[in-house]
Amino acid sequence: MIGGLFIYNHKGEVLISRVYRDDIGKTWNPSYTSPPSPSHWNHMRNAVDAFRVNVIHARQQVRSPVTNIARTSFFHVKRSNIWLAAVTKQNVNAAMVFEFLYKMCDVMTAYFGKISEENIKNNFVLIYELLDEILDFGYPQNSETGALKTFITQQGIKGQTKEEQSQITSQVTGQIGWRREGIKYRRNELFLDVLESVNLLMSPQGQVLSAHVSGRVVMKSYLSGMPECKFGMNDKIVIDKQGKGGASDDAGKSGKQSIAIDDCTFHQCVRLSKFDSERSISFIPPDGEYELMRYRTTKDIILPFRVIPLVREVGRTKLEVKVVIKSNFKPSLLAQKIEVRIPTPLNTSGVQVICMKGKAKYKASENAIVWKIKRMAGMKESQISAEIELLPTNDKKKWARPPISMNFEVPFAPSGLKVRYLKVFESKLNYSDHDVIKWVRYIGRSGIYETRC
Amino acid sequence: MMNDSLFSLVCAGEIFELKAELNSDKKEKKKEAVKKVIASMTVGKDVSALFPDVVNCMQTDNLELKKLVYLYLMNYAKSQPDMAIMAVNTFVKDCEDPNPLIRALAVRTMGCIRVDKITEYLCEPLRKCLKDEDPYVRKTAAVCVAKLHDINAQLVEDQGFLDTLKDLISDSNPMVVANAVAALSEIAESHPNSNLLDLNPQTINKLLTALNECTEWGQIFILDCLANYTPRDDRESQSICERVTPRLSHANSAVVLSAVKVLMKFMEMLPKDLDYYGTLLKKLAPPLVTLLSAEPELQYVALRNINLIVQRRPEILKHEMKVFFVKYNDPIYVKLEKLDIMIRLASQANIAQVLAELKEYATEVDVDFVRKAVRAIGRCAIKVEQSAERCVSTLLDLIQTKVNYVVQEAIVVIKDIFRKYPNKYESVIATLCENLDSLDEPEARAAMIWIVGEYAERIDNADELLESFLEGFHDESTQVQLQLLTAIVKLFLKKPTETQELVQQVLSLATQDSDNPDLRDRGYIYWRLLSTDPVAAKEVVLAEKPLISEETDLIEPTLLEELICHIGTLASVYHKPPSAFVEGSRGVQHKRLPGSAGSGESVESPDTGSAAGVSEAPPAVIPSQGDLLGDLLNLDLTPPTTTGPPPPSSGMQMGAMDLLGGGLDSLVGYLHSTMGAGFGAPPAAMPASFTAPVSGGLDDLFDLGGGVGMPMGAYSPPKTVWLPAMKAKGLEISGTFARRAGVIQMEMTLTNKAMSVMTDFAIQFNRNSFGLAPAGPLQVLTPLSPNQSIEVTLPLNTVGPVMKMEPLNNLQVAVKNNIDVFYFSCQYPISMLFVEDGKMERQVFLATWKDIPNDNESQFQIKDCHLNSDAASNKLQGSNIFTIAKRTVEGQDMLYQSMKLTNGIWVLAELRVQAGNPNYTISLKCRAPEVSQCVFQSYEAVLKN
Repeated sequence: MIGGLFIYNHKGEVLISRVYRDDIGKTWNPSYTSPPSPSHWNHMRNAVDAFRVNVIHARQQVRSPVTNIARTSFFHVKRSNIWLAAVTKQNVNAAMVFEFLYKMCDVMTAYFGKISEENIKNNFVLIYELLDEILDFGYPQNSETGALKTFITQQGIKGQTKEEQSQITSQVTGQIGWRREGIKYRRNELFLDVLESVNLLMSPQGQVLSAHVSGRVVMKSYLSGMPECKFGMNDKIVIDKQGKGGASDDAGKSGKQSIAIDDCTFHQCVRLSKFDSERSISFIPPDGEYELMRYRTTKDIILPFRVIPLVREVGRTKLEVKVVIKSNFKPSLLAQKIEVRIPTPLNTSGVQVICMKGKAKYKASENAIVWKIKRMAGMKESQISAEIELLPTNDKKKWARPPISMNFEVPFAPSGLKVRYLKVFESKLNYSDHDVIKWVRYIGRSGIYETRC
Repeated sequence: MMNDSLFSLVCAGEIFELKAELNSDKKEKKKEAVKKVIASMTVGKDVSALFPDVVNCMQTDNLELKKLVYLYLMNYAKSQPDMAIMAVNTFVKDCEDPNPLIRALAVRTMGCIRVDKITEYLCEPLRKCLKDEDPYVRKTAAVCVAKLHDINAQLVEDQGFLDTLKDLISDSNPMVVANAVAALSEIAESHPNSNLLDLNPQTINKLLTALNECTEWGQIFILDCLANYTPRDDRESQSICERVTPRLSHANSAVVLSAVKVLMKFMEMLPKDLDYYGTLLKKLAPPLVTLLSAEPELQYVALRNINLIVQRRPEILKHEMKVFFVKYNDPIYVKLEKLDIMIRLASQANIAQVLAELKEYATEVDVDFVRKAVRAIGRCAIKVEQSAERCVSTLLDLIQTKVNYVVQEAIVVIKDIFRKYPNKYESVIATLCENLDSLDEPEARAAMIWIVGEYAERIDNADELLESFLEGFHDESTQVQLQLLTAIVKLFLKKPTETQELVQQVLSLATQDSDNPDLRDRGYIYWRLLSTDPVAAKEVVLAEKPLISEETDLIEPTLLEELICHIGTLASVYHKPPSAFVEGSRGVQHKRLPGSAGSGESVESPDTGSAAGVSEAPPAVIPSQGDLLGDLLNLDLTPPTTTGPPPPSSGMQMGAMDLLGGGLDSLVGYLHSTMGAGFGAPPAAMPASFTAPVSGGLDDLFDLGGGVGMPMGAYSPPKTVWLPAMKAKGLEISGTFARRAGVIQMEMTLTNKAMSVMTDFAIQFNRNSFGLAPAGPLQVLTPLSPNQSIEVTLPLNTVGPVMKMEPLNNLQVAVKNNIDVFYFSCQYPISMLFVEDGKMERQVFLATWKDIPNDNESQFQIKDCHLNSDAASNKLQGSNIFTIAKRTVEGQDMLYQSMKLTNGIWVLAELRVQAGNPNYTISLKCRAPEVSQCVFQSYEAVLKN
């Protein structure tokens, strides 16, 4: 299991170090000059230094998130310029270690915001307290922020009654570790956000090389008690099943299409065995915001934009680029924050751009022309043309022609996913499904949306 | 609340100040002071001098302060064990606190203080906490048992904590169950022989129930534990799979991967024609693909695992090629892994797409990635024959880019393509030759030289080209030198008239001016070949080369099986068995996949058959660590019957050759190394007489036991004590070897001279000269009670790994029981390796006798033997030493005899018996003279008994 956890700043200075197992200390790093010292503390420092020397200060770009130095394995993730490293000498579950590191970042963010050197230094006592709780002898324990916040607070726990204490412990260890009892709201309300990122890789000729939507359903729930929820969407398998039953009146309505979901994963509150057998999504939600599910679709994706590039090399010192974008959705809808990034060669000396809509600028530091359009309705098209002057070089290496990438936001789900219902049942309290105010919102964003040129 | 000043603390003067603050009456001040201490500790300053003052702060009802003090204690207790005792009382008291959070905190921290003296005090509180009414305390206590075990294993056993821990598996709280499972799994890992995690259908059921209810981390612990279980039959296997599949939809990738591990393992037991098997295969693909949308680090872990899964079960992801296309912004480690998987999935159906992608990648920036992409194009050509032409033209396009490393990489792969499709793409040679000057990497230079040598007759200026390399001969790397030597000799054999001077030059460079033994050896061989028999030289050097195999980088099958059992873990990321990177006893235990359903009819492990049939071990699969670790420590605990004998690896083949090679080791070695490189001197250069017995030996391995029905009465020596009880904690083993009905047997008497019952016997051999290995598990069915003896017969086969031993017939054995593992070595009579069909034809005998050089003949005297020649002959025949002819010369009987060893080595003998003289003379001739001594000993033993 995890032998120790360290947090470094960008210089490689240790901000947090928590050692769970002695064995990791015995790392001896050849580039570390002083001989291994017998004391425990110094042992640990060897591991700390080994990572600094070999990874943070490494001359080469990091070639793997897992590094083995002197039979000790280091797992690292980086958040802004902070390095989190988990260290072990055993054959640990690698996926678990990374999941844990991410989770730890989430927990820290939930407690004190952005993970920065400043914030870590200011909260180091809290971090140690958290680390003590969520990792025991290197085994991850309950790390749901909702539960943790009930007994790890920045103010210290004050005067709990015995009931409160046992409530905490039963929540932390219980079957519903993500929600505490006795939550009360005057207004029972929930928000559902269907957030999708649509990914595309298109050939210069307009052939779709790969496209998929990865979506998330994020829920904000402000519900009293321990509500039992049931979530329904236009999942093809469910719809088909109901269709066969013949009783559904939805089937008659035109335009009610279902989508084929390639795969989905759920928050731990969802009863997976029930999903597996009946494909119904039922759960008791955590309080506040969380991610209910993730899914992926690859079929019948609505590609909101099409990019048509045209690059012409005029002699050795000039390039002509023309890019047309076409929006491909209902004219009544508006796409926002549109940005097209057209890469330019390294030896570009000057660029002239003309665009019909929005603003375009050549950014020398980024080696790209960035074209921004604030809003664009569906079924429209727009165009940019640019002349790129090149410095003559004798570099034999050809310009790699990175793909043209695009960013945007559209108010629909490119996968075609629709929320059909979200039913709330709370038998013990006197509110019913009808009393809950529900909001649903769809946002489609560009993921990696690239067209090769 | 805090600020930078905490971190910029200067220790020297401030220790004193801190001391004062720590002893302050004000709580807030105390707390701030402890925080400062912890801050200094974190940045590596030594604040151990404050130990007593900090410990004094421990007695507080402020939880935050308490936690800080505990943190300090965990770090410094070890360096100040005496002082740490001061803290014990508070711990013990805290374990009784009414607040469960404090009870848990105390027991958790106590386990982290790794001071022997403290552990004694820990036992009582721990015992209470394990039975605490609050689940939070119990789950913490469960982990604490593992901590304590790490410090003092004996104490944990003596105190009976393991039993309590086992009870916790039935706890009502899922998180307690999960932590108990985690703790037990860890403890079990360091006791590979104990049956700690007594996994049976009942406990499995409990675990599966807890699986649905516990936290994501708990699910991982439970799934990882489940993966160690071997279901009894396919039905149980299926029912577990059914209950595990829902986990594939979990948001936590580690849960998904661990579930995949369980499924991949248990799937082995399902019959392939079962509907459920197909369903399961289909269910596995989507979650694996979803893993690729995780964060890059997890993608990397997932890709490394997918790489294994694709090798084991290519059908799962064969339609998912597109998801492995590289994205421009992927981190380099993700890109490289994706590329690897793309090639594995490449097939005729998708090759066009793959090639288009690869060509795109070859124009990227990262040098490693580009190289790998170019190499991948070559691999596609070799793998998918239909695409070869397109691949070659793509490579030519890439060569036109003139980017140095692209060109070099392309030439290296084109050489492989030439090997795979000879005489097909020679038209490109001209283009290649144009780029001769830009090659500066040894591998590329060697490849180019190989091409020039191989196709010398079609390249007009081949001699000039090769000559140009010759100028800087001594500055070249060995690889290039060897290649140049071979290429010029090839050239000479093809165009002898114009190139005599050149060949003279290179031979003298290689033999006289070089101090590299490989180079000199090869030079001399060529020289001698050319000077004595140019026709033979031509046959040897220009012989037809075997085609290269399509997959050169497959993981060796047994290692792959082991790695599949480690999906999700570091081992699967490194593609190495845990023993390669984990120290100590942990991870030494090798895991295996369970045998397939209804097994017993096939030896072949499923699916490997498609990649490489059992009969032809894949020639290019390099046996990696997994094989080399077949040492004594590697006690195999799964019953070997379910796995069957492993297919012979190339390593074994080499081992057999070694025995024969004798003084020519280096020759064989270098032939092997050049063969491994994929080109160079053709294997036909191996003297024909060497190849024959080797292949014979291999054949023999496969029809073992074919010659049943031989006369009984093979000689078997009396039992001797191999392992005295003193050395083995009361276990005494005496034994002998015998060959009965064509089967080699090890007959042992196990005697328990200890006070306690012995169970769980298992046996394993170290690698040995003839590949002896147990053909089944050691059958000790009932526990061996004190003073009881049991006779055991262990059938052996000779398909185990081979390593030459000294003496040759030495066998190192490891026997395990519930107490420990014991090692001993014994010597077997080589006569038990004499096979039943060891009778040579007369003519063959004569020819062979003449053929074996006289240097290989050895003479021995057998004294005090009072048998006449016929009796001797009969007796020897019982042990498969066959008399082929008998001649009487001057009252002396000459018996000509032959015998064949299990590995195909023939031994010829001439036994002289003179009437009235009790001393026999025996001459032995064998191509592997090492065995003579042992054979003589066997003669002596057989004749005298």
